[in-house]
Amino acid sequence: MIRYSDNEMMAIAAGRLVNDGDIVFAGTGVAMLAATVAKRIYAPQAVIFFETGGIDPSLEEIPMAVGDSRVMSGTSLNSGLIEAFSTVGHRKLHTIAFLGAAQVDRYGNLNTTSIGDYHKPGKRFSGSGGACDAAALASGIIIFMQHEKRRFVEKLDYLTSVGWYEGGNSRQELGLRRGGALAVVTNLGVLRFHKETKEMYLSEFFPGASVKQVVENTGFPVDVSGAKEALPPLPEELKVLREEVDPQRLICQSDMNASPG
Amino acid sequence: MNRCPEIADKMMPLDEAVRRFIFNGCQLAIGGFTVNRNPMAAAYEIIRQGIKDIHLVCHSNGQALDILIGAGCVKRLEIAYSGTGRFAPTCIRFKKAVEQGGLEFEDYSNYQMALRFLAGALGIPFIPTKSGLGSDLVKYEGFPSEVRKEEKVANMKYALVGNPFSSEKDEVLLLPALTPDVTILHAQYVGEDGTVQINGLTFADLEQAKAADTVIITCEEIVPRSFIRLDPDKNSLPSFFIDAIVKVPYGAHPTACFKFYDYDPGHLKLYRKMAEDDNLFREYLDEWVYGIPSHEAYLSKVGTETLLKIKANPATGYAQGLDRK
Repeated sequence: MIRYSDNEMMAIAAGRLVNDGDIVFAGTGVAMLAATVAKRIYAPQAVIFFETGGIDPSLEEIPMAVGDSRVMSGTSLNSGLIEAFSTVGHRKLHTIAFLGAAQVDRYGNLNTTSIGDYHKPGKRFSGSGGACDAAALASGIIIFMQHEKRRFVEKLDYLTSVGWYEGGNSRQELGLRRGGALAVVTNLGVLRFHKETKEMYLSEFFPGASVKQVVENTGFPVDVSGAKEALPPLPEELKVLREEVDPQRLICQSDMNASPG
Repeated sequence: MNRCPEIADKMMPLDEAVRRFIFNGCQLAIGGFTVNRNPMAAAYEIIRQGIKDIHLVCHSNGQALDILIGAGCVKRLEIAYSGTGRFAPTCIRFKKAVEQGGLEFEDYSNYQMALRFLAGALGIPFIPTKSGLGSDLVKYEGFPSEVRKEEKVANMKYALVGNPFSSEKDEVLLLPALTPDVTILHAQYVGEDGTVQINGLTFADLEQAKAADTVIITCEEIVPRSFIRLDPDKNSLPSFFIDAIVKVPYGAHPTACFKFYDYDPGHLKLYRKMAEDDNLFREYLDEWVYGIPSHEAYLSKVGTETLLKIKANPATGYAQGLDRK
């Protein structure tokens, strides 16, 4: 059996969710690996772009931040933030945004701002960056999380980015015309959202992980009745990831960066 | 003596530009994004001159934001994101200042901040967006009510209104425009005619510059008129927006400047380590800011070896194969 890291499994599982032709808004860390793996294996027509304004960079080296010069190199176009967000929300494009967070709730709403009182937080994070915008405007978001009880919470300390809001039709009632949370990819598996209630359920657990582990590490009740074991990373997927996408092993072997944008 | 008569009144040393245009309590916007084109040399000079009570307005500024906060120059902050990617997922001194309660702060998002600068540039008082509907960005105001009465602070954070052009329910958020007292950008080139050229992504730099009362440009090179006019499609800002032009090669170090140099991973890691500890951070400021008599001395301290390592390959715009672990 081939050995692989959590980050590799997550990147590959998320990459499998990208459809050919999607316009992919990538953050850094595992999100970037996922987007790049997707493009090189499953979705050659997908276009990767960054909130900073770089469209379709060559990505010969992995960027360490969305402001990295590597997102400006070999692009089809370099622009700025306003142009990038007009792409994220464009009505004729199918855009998928990859986001990470410190906390997620059962409706796929995200916190990247703070823990505790907003004005005097116990722990402060980077803030929204482009996450709130991408969550509001993209056709859908895919979320990366470490699967821990303190991160999968009943109530967010701060709602930075809106997923399905309060479930049902509540997102649309806010005035958001499209979008919502498509999936949460964790170190234990892939969770999706119920068509009508918009509540999170376990869709797949990864080889080596169990349904029990998912339940124990989720801070709200989660439906696991239809969960199946996911396909492990295929040799071809790992080869592309290790040899083409992240040959310097900057992300494949390090801890996940739970920060967005 | 003066090679550039057209911009003679705008060209000046960095200390003079900061002394003339940056003042205690000013509202300041800085260009760049996380680890790219932060006007670091200008930030260091602001710290050396002991400017206080700055009202900083940011989207995703990284290193310059963090050191200005750490050095005690910032009283009030409007911000979307504070981080330098893998080097500091949340900027260290920003995080400490917020957690310890030493800073007035208010959160927006990147798109919202970019739109607020755009509104300022367009001369309109507010601008609508769909982004933020339903979020706690709208629910929580950061500034207390007494701050709301102060100059350059909007009297509320957002306004929620219906689309007046539709008979159906269609809500949007209104964002207050920003018109900073000063914007500082670091650019690759300024022409002898004062035209500014930024290579690579422009982030929200152009909106920030056009929204401001005063604009300071630090740059890698002053180039002949014939060069800057060769391909005007590449140019970013005309001369008449610019008040001060300062040539500062490597003026964005330790952040990157596309086509000139990469970020300096060694320095960013050193900064992270020293910023984590209050005493070490004071040492960092003494060693890298207060104790530095000139920009040449700063570059000597960074050292030839490092400057060569981070030198960008002109073909890709970054330092290929740079050790970034």
